[in-house]
Amino acid sequence: MSGIRYITTFTDSTKPLDLVEYCTLGGMSGLQKALKSESKQVIETVKQSGLKGRGGAGFDTGRKWESLAVNGDRYLVCNADEGEPGTFKDRYIMERAPFLILEGMIIAAYATGAHTGYIYIRGEYPDVARTIESAIKLATEGGYLGENILGSGYSFNIEVRIGGGSYVVGDETALLNSLMGNRGYPLLKPPFPTERGLWDRPTIVNNVETLSYVPLILARGPEAFAAIGPADSPGPKMYSVSGHVREPGVYEYPMGTTVRELIDAAGGVNGTLKAVQIGGTAGPVYGVASLDYALDFASMRKQGGSLGSGAVVVMNSGVHMSQVLEVTMRFYAEESCGQCFPCRYGTRQLDFMAHQLAAGRGKTDYLDRIRETAHVMFGASFCPFGQSVTLPINSLLDNFGDEIVSFVKQQQFLKEVG
Amino acid sequence: MNVALRINGKPISVPSHTSVLEAAAVAGVEIPTLCRHEDLLPKGVCGMCLVKIDGQAGFKRACVTQAEEGMSVNTSTPDIRQIRRGLIELVLAAHPTDCLQCIKHGKCELQDLAEKLEVRDLRFDQYTRGLPVDRTSASIVRDMNKCIGCGRCVEVCNDVQTVGSIFFHGRGSDTIVSPAYGTHMGDSVCTNCGQCVVYCPVGALYEHELIDDVWTSIDNPEKMVVAQVAPAVRVSLGEEFGMQPGDLTVGKLYAALKTLGVDVVFDTNFSADLTIMEEGTELLERLQKGGPFPLITSCSPGWIKFGETFFPNLLENVSSCKSPQQMLGALTKTYFAKTRNIDPSRIVSLSIMPCTAKKFESARPEMNASGFRDVDYVLTTRELARMIRQAGIDFATLPEVSPDPLMSSYTGAATIFGASGGVMEAALRTAYEIATGTTLEQIEFADVRGMDGVKEAAVDVGGTTVRVAVSNGLGNARILLNRIAENKRAGKESYHFVEIMACAGGCIGGGGQPLENTFARRAERMKGLYREDRTLPRRKSHENPEVTQIYADFLDHPGSERAHQLLHTHYVEREAYPGLR
Repeated sequence: MSGIRYITTFTDSTKPLDLVEYCTLGGMSGLQKALKSESKQVIETVKQSGLKGRGGAGFDTGRKWESLAVNGDRYLVCNADEGEPGTFKDRYIMERAPFLILEGMIIAAYATGAHTGYIYIRGEYPDVARTIESAIKLATEGGYLGENILGSGYSFNIEVRIGGGSYVVGDETALLNSLMGNRGYPLLKPPFPTERGLWDRPTIVNNVETLSYVPLILARGPEAFAAIGPADSPGPKMYSVSGHVREPGVYEYPMGTTVRELIDAAGGVNGTLKAVQIGGTAGPVYGVASLDYALDFASMRKQGGSLGSGAVVVMNSGVHMSQVLEVTMRFYAEESCGQCFPCRYGTRQLDFMAHQLAAGRGKTDYLDRIRETAHVMFGASFCPFGQSVTLPINSLLDNFGDEIVSFVKQQQFLKEVG
Repeated sequence: MNVALRINGKPISVPSHTSVLEAAAVAGVEIPTLCRHEDLLPKGVCGMCLVKIDGQAGFKRACVTQAEEGMSVNTSTPDIRQIRRGLIELVLAAHPTDCLQCIKHGKCELQDLAEKLEVRDLRFDQYTRGLPVDRTSASIVRDMNKCIGCGRCVEVCNDVQTVGSIFFHGRGSDTIVSPAYGTHMGDSVCTNCGQCVVYCPVGALYEHELIDDVWTSIDNPEKMVVAQVAPAVRVSLGEEFGMQPGDLTVGKLYAALKTLGVDVVFDTNFSADLTIMEEGTELLERLQKGGPFPLITSCSPGWIKFGETFFPNLLENVSSCKSPQQMLGALTKTYFAKTRNIDPSRIVSLSIMPCTAKKFESARPEMNASGFRDVDYVLTTRELARMIRQAGIDFATLPEVSPDPLMSSYTGAATIFGASGGVMEAALRTAYEIATGTTLEQIEFADVRGMDGVKEAAVDVGGTTVRVAVSNGLGNARILLNRIAENKRAGKESYHFVEIMACAGGCIGGGGQPLENTFARRAERMKGLYREDRTLPRRKSHENPEVTQIYADFLDHPGSERAHQLLHTHYVEREAYPGLR
């Protein structure tokens, strides 16, 4: 379902591995245009479009490409390690429009002068990996990949890499570590991957959705793209809507679409709306006031959160917030990579306390302890994963703390009268 | 170039590329850390060293943040103190509280920091991991219940020593440091060098102690305990009793052993001189025969297992000489037993070593040339210090005594065995004089001394230029051995004689040495050995009177049949993980 058709042009009723059909619908025309221009011109076009990285950080894509150090070998990596809970838009794109991602990668590589690209697909998506492998084979046979692409003299190859099931590897430095065969630990920045990435060479890491918009920007013109949504983060966006809505799924709507519009697009709330978690499990849990929030990078930052991957998880009045806290903390504890102390030990304690609370064995001072632990992790964690824990915790306790406290008191009372 | 900055308001100037942590130290401000170590790379994982820098969002880790011009750093705001204390409470919640029984009690960086930050209350869920303690290695015990995951051991094992025996496994709070696929230390690729033990901030990795067994032997009137002490121990044991690294304590060391109840005290330095006679003969034979070159020393058991695992094609190059420890062990139960007319089954052979790998070496099945186990117990320097403390001996005021005659006289050449380059230098002193029949005037070889990882020299021995190389630390050994192997494949000779020591700096930096065992301390201990060398009346192994005597009375001549039977050994090609078939 779409409010706007960019990526969804290729996904609603098309055959994913039919290259002819892909081209008939306008596929590969962006690449043709790119190959006829100077690489600098391609970067300029992407900059004009205002495209911002769709993986979560929202960094300007054209500027990232421009910042790549340009001496010697360099690499392009497509981050397809879509691990954020409630996020399934990259999977949706890869399943339905594999050629679009490849085309985006080829253009990005051409623009930045990379001759080798990797697409790092999360281990939980084995079917997706097979689809991409097939698409690479077909695109190579069609002359779009390999040596001398479409007679341009430019060569580029893509290899598929499968992840081992770690959430933290979604972080670009951890992903590159994993890609090189190392443990998926994040690295300190700087140096940024654009200076020193894969095997110490300059490397561009872009998300699946980001790269998928690139061919469409070239084909339809950067102005058309920039005209959609707010001026500071324009374009369409693939939102993953799940939870208590009638029609959960991926929705392509303009940046800046409100939560209310998106929930309506997804068939409305199943029951009475209670809470919405935006940007993934590492994002805040808002109350009903969030219905009017505009879903774009700047607007969500103003709300103290982040657009993140564009995940919108809708919860109705049947959801108990102590359970949301428990599930969220379980996720953090399971996915902490274990490299730094605050996250390794902090997530363990948060998981314990949240579990006790949800099981009715909690103590009211756990709520303060949870905030304190989150503060330690926010201040001292190595990477954004550990630092982000304050987002769900503070929002849950600010917005729904009373509910959790009264639950704890009720359970204590039941035990006393027991 | 220098940069000027302020630490807690105090202006200081430090060279550029200095970390904020180091800059603070210059300003006299100590920033707490649990993962940083001066010999290793900064990791930034413990989070303890967080500081606030004016004008920058959030906190920065002082260990991985460079001091910059004009920076104003605050190392102790109320928020920072709160986070640090919260952090250490989180660590302690997962840490066993059996400090009183812990081998690192009083020397534990976590304990020290908890005290410094005044943790008086443990408010988090206290849990234990319930992991079995791995005692399968003859040298090293691994207790992952105590591990705080700082990663120093992993860096030392993988990047410094390039052994790759231990690595992180698991995720989050389940993270442990383990040999591949959860195998045990005892059947892993571990070379037993013990450098992981040196850098462990807590009691998660430590030496396999044998103190109780040694007490039992001492207390048994039927047994005669015969001890030997390695070169490097004499310049480090004092550190355990408030003396400086490099202070020579050999007379007190003998006295302490006697006071503990050891019956006979010999010195491994004697067999170091003997090693030079055997190995020097081997070198001269090869020089006469024209190879195979290079001849590689075999004193360091960590290196031997490393070579057997990673460089089996170079085993023909390794000297067949046993290490000085094993030579003396074999002679104790043969030559000494015969001389004193004692049944060797009554003898308990004990050695005091700076090394954890010596424990493994003494347990190798082929090390029973005497018909018995040649060395029964190996204690590290640290274990001996514990015994001395247990016995209530005031080491610092102990009067110096002499060792027992027969196998304890030594030369300066022997004592420098404890420093990287020492075996090489000792061998050159003797080989020169034997080969040329003339006196060597300039007996100090500065090129092979010091802490550099790989050292080279060319020495004229009676018209022949002998090319030598020395490496310390297994990572440097790997560099040197790769070079040698490459030349060998190409049919080229690289060196005539090569000395390899498993630990940085040589035995003075061994895994069994007093903690702290930093590179800086190792350098001081090294100086102590060279100081002793200069003060000794004899500085060439072939001038050792008891060595002359043992050849006259027992061994006949270097390389004799009996020498081969007792003093030489062989090596085996090893699989990295025999248990993983």
